[in-house]
Amino acid sequence: MFEGVPIHWFLVLSTTMFFIGIYGFLVRKNLITMLMSIELILNSVCINFLAFNKILFPEHLEGMFFTLFIIAVAAAEASVAIAIIINIYRRLVNIDVEKMNEMKY
Amino acid sequence: MIDFSYTIWILLIPLIVFVVTGLTGNRFKPIVTGIIGTTGLGVVFLLSVFTAYKYFFVLDKVDGAFQRLLALNFTWLHLTDKLHIDIGVLLDPISVMMLIVISTVSFMVHIYSLGYMKGEKGFARFFSILSLFSFSMLGLVIATNIFQMYIFWELVGVSSFLLIGFYYERDSAVAASKKAFIVTRFADLGFLIGILVLSYTTGTFDFITLTGPNSPAFTSGQGIMFLGMSTMTWSMLFIFMGGAGKSAMFPLHIWLPDAMEGPTPVSALIHAATMVVAGVYLVARMFPIFHHQESALEIVAWVGGFTSLFAAVIACTQYDIKRVLAYSTMSQIGMMMLALGVSGYGGEDGLGYMASMFHLFTHAFFKALLFLGAGAIIHAVHSNYMNEMGGLRKYLPITHATFLIACLAIAGIPPFAGFFSKDEILVAVFHHNKILFAMAYLVAGMTAFYMFRLYFNVFWGKDQHYHHTPHEAPATMTIPLIILAIGSTFAGFIPFTKLVTSDSQPFETNTEWGIAIPAVFIALVGIGIATMLYMKKSETSKKISIALGGFYIAAFNKFYIDQVYLFITKKILFNLVSRPIAWFDRHIVDGAMNQIAFVTNVASDKIKGFQSGQLQQYALAFVSGVIGLALLFTYLWTN
Repeated sequence: MFEGVPIHWFLVLSTTMFFIGIYGFLVRKNLITMLMSIELILNSVCINFLAFNKILFPEHLEGMFFTLFIIAVAAAEASVAIAIIINIYRRLVNIDVEKMNEMKY
Repeated sequence: MIDFSYTIWILLIPLIVFVVTGLTGNRFKPIVTGIIGTTGLGVVFLLSVFTAYKYFFVLDKVDGAFQRLLALNFTWLHLTDKLHIDIGVLLDPISVMMLIVISTVSFMVHIYSLGYMKGEKGFARFFSILSLFSFSMLGLVIATNIFQMYIFWELVGVSSFLLIGFYYERDSAVAASKKAFIVTRFADLGFLIGILVLSYTTGTFDFITLTGPNSPAFTSGQGIMFLGMSTMTWSMLFIFMGGAGKSAMFPLHIWLPDAMEGPTPVSALIHAATMVVAGVYLVARMFPIFHHQESALEIVAWVGGFTSLFAAVIACTQYDIKRVLAYSTMSQIGMMMLALGVSGYGGEDGLGYMASMFHLFTHAFFKALLFLGAGAIIHAVHSNYMNEMGGLRKYLPITHATFLIACLAIAGIPPFAGFFSKDEILVAVFHHNKILFAMAYLVAGMTAFYMFRLYFNVFWGKDQHYHHTPHEAPATMTIPLIILAIGSTFAGFIPFTKLVTSDSQPFETNTEWGIAIPAVFIALVGIGIATMLYMKKSETSKKISIALGGFYIAAFNKFYIDQVYLFITKKILFNLVSRPIAWFDRHIVDGAMNQIAFVTNVASDKIKGFQSGQLQQYALAFVSGVIGLALLFTYLWTN
């Protein structure tokens, strides 16, 4: 499907996604948006894995499996995170990350 | 060969009683604890008498001498093959004799305390500590080696501390117990140094080896001199320092008069018959080595003689009856030390040794009797001061009779026990040194004087205004008095020359009437003066004390020895040593630690702002870190 696509296209795509994720994580105040940014970061990593696996070692499948694992873990993580967010919302009636600064010195 | 291994029970029974009563003291009625303790000591008493009978009369002698038996011995701490600490039971004439003395007096004191301490707070505690004390004292005398002796020596110190400070709500009792503990502990430091030097030069702790005929102590440690005395002499002097501390010899005597703050039975047990003679016993135990170090033995003699006279002078001026008895104890123990100091070794040369042990034995009876009698008096009139007493013979007939017997015994009037032992001491001193003899002779007269001063002041003269009519003590208190009075009367007839001698070899001796008659005479003179001055309350004694002027005041104030000690400790030691050390500790050692803590505190205060609770700040820092590292590695990789 992607025969002949040069690798730097993949890399540019994944790097762009990665930094969009980082940017979103650092600047958005909404917890849900921050969670989505994390998903973006994870997915950019997945793309890297797949691309290198396909081009460098076509006869192996480790990259593919790693990606599957990441997707599974990300799903679990998302459910836990949303559960936490719901609890926070119940407590503070807000999901603004800057309001959550009680656990400091 | 008779099996003596059961003697370990003499040691174990008081220990078990202590543990049991100490742990369960509050669960039972107090009297139950008292009865357990008394029964335990009664069994120990019977065992000791049985042992003495078997040792002296059944056991075969070797070459006409009593054997030195290791009834039991096992290695307790095995450090190396050469250095090991044993625990065991050594039976020889003096240890068997001491078993009798300690168990008898302790048993009597236990019975007496059942009455005397009745209704006191801490009755159970008192009895359990009494058991601990008996255990440590018995362990001390049957020690097979000098290290075991040292262990029990310290245990004696601890239990006497606990007993002197029994009334711990009273400040004076607390101070007295601390004083006793610190002074004896200071002396024990000398003892420990002595032990270390001795065992280092001889390579053994064992008494049988050390004091046997081929002792390494006779040969080694002679060559190296320090300040004109050989190593062995120094070690003996240090050991004597330990003995002097426990036996309240000048100048380490200051704790004994103050220790009278303890309950009276304690004074009778510790400060008359057992703990204070531990020093004499120690010197007697090491006697063959002392005998080889003549200068050390000479010092023992002079310290003993001087303490004896010094304490007798003070005893004549005191008004607290227990303090009079305390100084009298010091004086009598000084006599024992003196007798040891002038003694030779073997056969009739060892007369002083025999006399010292003899006097120890008889003194235990009459001095315990005097203290217990004083307890009965205090019990009756609730005062310690003899000028608040008088005419008590009508109210306390049994106490009066037994007290009179004890006074006659200590004054050395025949046929009471003190006469025989004191006479032997005087004979031994007479053959050694005439100056010391004159001192001992004077002490004999003064002893009679101050004892009868006490006697007449308490029992004769006018009645004082007592709060209630004094009444005789209960039977638990009078029965021990009667038993001890019988002992004080007849103990002098025990043929000590056949039983306890320096080389365990019996010898014959006759009363030297040339010395005995003048000794009785001076005692009678002392009694006579006391009778004149104190039988009826008169002003003569006051006039004499005023005429003596400064000397009387100095003696009344115990020659200011306490003040000298206070000056040395407070002014010199505290100011010159303790305060600089305290300053160093407070400012340098603590200061460094405080500075470190302060710096840490300031630093953490400055950087705690980083933990802002803002998740995104953390993430930013984290990401910047990762990027920074990535750039760094890229840079390193490409070059």
